[in-house]
Amino acid sequence: MAAVQSSRQKVLNRAAVAVVVLLTLVYLVPIYWITSTAFKPRSLATTVPPTVLFQPEVTAFIKLFTKRVQMIGKASPEVYDKAPWWEKRIYDLGERIIKDSNGNSELSAYPSRFLNSLIVAVSSTLLAVAMGTLTAYGFSRFRMPGEQDWLFFILSTRMLPPVVVAIPMFLMYRAVGLVDTHAGLIILYTAFNLSFSVWLMKGFIDEIPKEYEEAALVDGYTRMEAFFRIVLPQSATGIAATAVFCFITAWNEYAFALMMTNRRAQTAPPYIPSQLGSGITDWTAIAAGTLLFLLPVAIFTFLLRRHLLRGVTFGAIRK
Amino acid sequence: MLSRLDSRSPAARRGLSDLSIRNLFIIPTIAFLIVFNIFPLIYSLGYSFTDFSASSNAPATFVGLQNYRDLLNDDHVWNNFSVTARYVLLSVGGQVLLGFGVALLLNRRIPFKGLFTTLLLVPMMMSPVVVGLFWELLYSPSWGIINYALGLGDLAWLSDPDVALYAIAITDIWMWSPFVMLLCLAGLSAIPQHLYEAAAIDRAGRWFTFTRITLPLVAPLLLIAVIFRTMEAFKTFDLAFIMSSQETTELIAIKLYRLAFQEWQTGPSCALAYMVLIMVLAITNIYVKYLNRARDR
Repeated sequence: MAAVQSSRQKVLNRAAVAVVVLLTLVYLVPIYWITSTAFKPRSLATTVPPTVLFQPEVTAFIKLFTKRVQMIGKASPEVYDKAPWWEKRIYDLGERIIKDSNGNSELSAYPSRFLNSLIVAVSSTLLAVAMGTLTAYGFSRFRMPGEQDWLFFILSTRMLPPVVVAIPMFLMYRAVGLVDTHAGLIILYTAFNLSFSVWLMKGFIDEIPKEYEEAALVDGYTRMEAFFRIVLPQSATGIAATAVFCFITAWNEYAFALMMTNRRAQTAPPYIPSQLGSGITDWTAIAAGTLLFLLPVAIFTFLLRRHLLRGVTFGAIRK
Repeated sequence: MLSRLDSRSPAARRGLSDLSIRNLFIIPTIAFLIVFNIFPLIYSLGYSFTDFSASSNAPATFVGLQNYRDLLNDDHVWNNFSVTARYVLLSVGGQVLLGFGVALLLNRRIPFKGLFTTLLLVPMMMSPVVVGLFWELLYSPSWGIINYALGLGDLAWLSDPDVALYAIAITDIWMWSPFVMLLCLAGLSAIPQHLYEAAAIDRAGRWFTFTRITLPLVAPLLLIAVIFRTMEAFKTFDLAFIMSSQETTELIAIKLYRLAFQEWQTGPSCALAYMVLIMVLAITNIYVKYLNRARDR
């Protein structure tokens, strides 16, 4: 009986494994597709039936980073021969890269939007994690009247729909000149991530035994010294995980960026879809822009894999 | 711990008192959140009783509850709410079915299980805008790979008003099913094996074991997943906004954006924002209750 049971169990197990593998593969098709589109020549991006095998090329990335115009006729052979390899690719398409008065190639808006994303995400992450860690320590170690209510208040600010906050914030920003500035977005993202950072860090700090600090206090440390020399190093993992979560949230944010910026401080998320509107859609360039934008997130997700569950439940589930 | 505050140890006298450290650590955060979240909301509560428009120079006139009355009598707004409700049901329902199903499959010894789980988690960390954008590529009626793979001819997923909401929900299900799966998996792996052994000794059937052991023990975590996703789906803006601009996909958050930033009806938009806000706070309240319950377990 037992043998029969276990052989049946084995078959079931194998079937489950097969289904899981199949599902994962189907699941990853969209990601594969955006990746492969980024490396396709434009003529193969929108074929019927879809092109699966092709010679990969980086032309889409060159297009993504440069400003180009259509050329009438061809580039003269001597100009073509002197051009670097990436410029030749553009000439091959019957286009040329726009040059400024010094003869340098002009960049498209993408690198500046990418840089804006980086500035805003990194600054707001540092602020949110620094403040969040201190506050989490405060809530973790000291008693506070109405503690649960304060924690609920803090979490509820995170749950506010961005559009709801954006309407009055836009009016206030307009009054003080913060619309379309890095500072304006950094403040919004810090506020948005702060509650998350408090909740998550509180979970991590709660796990550090209080006895460590008590021993330090007995040894003559002040509470402040105990915090900086003992609690902070102990919560390094938690701080790193929280920072990565805050970074991803700020990096991906769209609604605030759409409503509060339009040019100078615009981040990548509102910029990438705006390429769709102008002329015939070049999906290879959009795919290239998307892929570069997703890369940091994919790497961070991989690094975070052990803390993901905890992050997405505001620290409630620890595994 | 606060009692340490009065301890007369030399260090306690030398450094800051516990009470001042607590205040130093906590008050800046609370002040920051009040200034940048609560104050703006008080500001907009004021505007919700006026006919103010941010695009004109006319001063705001007090109109009392008129904005709220108009919104509640507006069939379009009711339509936005019903679209939102359908969207929440579709996407959260799909995520629960798929997420729980895959969790049941994954809850056994599988080679490279960690790898599979990590791969499945990548989509939910992506920007909804970017995901929406590349699903547009997949959904393309003439050359998209979805129509090709499923042999659907030239079904216009995103421009057909009857289909668009489903298309957006499918994308959301793709993104977030793994979240539900992850929570269910956490619940499943915590079920003590001896319960199943006892059930086997009692010759309990599969269905009985599932409904009496598996389901009740996974329920707390599943509930957290469902409430969280419900709230997020209710607030959805970016994904739907990027993918389609049909009337049948105008979720309440999109309506709010149009009212505030395209029609510049600041007063009415603040009133609608308050209605949405109250609903979100209600769901948040329930969510925190279950979070705390799960934490205490």
